[in-house]
Amino acid sequence: MGLETKGIYTVHEFTLAVKSTLTTGQFNDVWIRGEISNYTNHSSGHRYFTIKDKNSQLACIMFKWHGRNLRFEPEHGMKVLVLGDIDVYEQRGVYQLKVRDMRPDGIGELYKAYEQLKNKLAMEGLFSPDHKKPLPGFPTKIGVATSPTGAVLHDILTVLKRRYPVNILFIPTLVQGQSAAQSIVSSIEALNRTDVDVIILGRGGGSIEDLWGFNEEIVARSVFNSRIPIISAVGHETDYTICDFVADVRAPTPSAAAEIAVPERQELATQISRLRDRLIETQKRYLSDKQSRISELRSTVDPRLLLERVAQYMQYVDELAQKQASGFGRLLEVKQALLDAHAGKLDAISPLGTLSRGYSITLKLPHKTPVRCIADIEISDEISILVKDGKIKCVVNDKEECKWT
Amino acid sequence: MDMSFEESLTELEGIADKLEIGQLSLDESLLLFENGIKLVRECNKKLKNAKQNVEKLILENGDIKTEPFDVQE
Repeated sequence: MGLETKGIYTVHEFTLAVKSTLTTGQFNDVWIRGEISNYTNHSSGHRYFTIKDKNSQLACIMFKWHGRNLRFEPEHGMKVLVLGDIDVYEQRGVYQLKVRDMRPDGIGELYKAYEQLKNKLAMEGLFSPDHKKPLPGFPTKIGVATSPTGAVLHDILTVLKRRYPVNILFIPTLVQGQSAAQSIVSSIEALNRTDVDVIILGRGGGSIEDLWGFNEEIVARSVFNSRIPIISAVGHETDYTICDFVADVRAPTPSAAAEIAVPERQELATQISRLRDRLIETQKRYLSDKQSRISELRSTVDPRLLLERVAQYMQYVDELAQKQASGFGRLLEVKQALLDAHAGKLDAISPLGTLSRGYSITLKLPHKTPVRCIADIEISDEISILVKDGKIKCVVNDKEECKWT
Repeated sequence: MDMSFEESLTELEGIADKLEIGQLSLDESLLLFENGIKLVRECNKKLKNAKQNVEKLILENGDIKTEPFDVQE
């Protein structure tokens, strides 16, 4: 009887009936917590898996177009939260969850996802020093992307003001929660359309969940693709986000980012005054060099110097003359002494000496030639005999040759 | 004229180097020295007059706009 009244479904009709009951919307947009098993990433791009807990399991499918936004690669045994709508797969008559989003559930899973993305991007070279853009030494405009509330903006502005006040373009950015990643990306893109010459991307400290936005792939890629250098200052000194690795410079804190971004005004003032001192010192030295060169040259053409030189020459001439004179005197003395010596000798052999010793000298007249031998004289010759004190005129009346010796 | 601080500083360093190397005529060196001192003044003025100006960037239907931003101390 029941058969008559209720009618008979075909399998397909029944399945459709169940499906229509299940898909009224009551089971749409549900978050379900569970552990992945039987995970298959099919070559079609769709992912098939089951999520289960101690008592139950649920078939899941994630279509390719939803899987594209996954921030990590699901693995067997991973604890996840899945968001989806219930559906019935008519061919097999099973209900399943069409998963639209999936997140790691719990800190352990977040770390796993973090490591996965980090490795993937590292392999792609996104962290490579080759891609790091140099920061401008003297930025004129700094883009700051951070939360409008909280201490981060205040810290950055305070440090910048103290060190070196510049123009700042602040873009309010969500740094926590569901939409953080998207907000960060759009801030980076917006700042890239402005004339800022460096960007500080900042956020205060927090748990890995709080900082998660900075660990998402879209943020990493956006930082990597930024035309303008980015300083990442997310969390505390010990927190490293993926964003930190991709950024051109990682600062341990937002305040540190501000310090890195601009030079210190006082240091610059010191540098300038050192340069000024150098200029002045160099110029002074240059001028005094020139001056001493000039006085050097002047002294070489000074007329007083000429006079002095003439005087010197005159003195030299005098000196020479004096030397000459004294030399001549000495020569005379020597000659005089020589003369005296010779005169003495001459005296000794002089005929006058012979006379004074009592001998006489005979001279033949008229020519007064000395008579030296007997042959010098003839009988009747007139002769003069000289003695010490007079002369005797005689005529020779005889001569005789004698041998005295 | 209107050089950035960075350009002024670079030029100033260049002048100091040139003067130190020497081999300049008196006129050249005096001219350089004068320029250098002028740059020192400009740099100091720029440093002294540096001011913090904060603007807020707003996205509106894909357009970017800026408005003054008051910093609460």
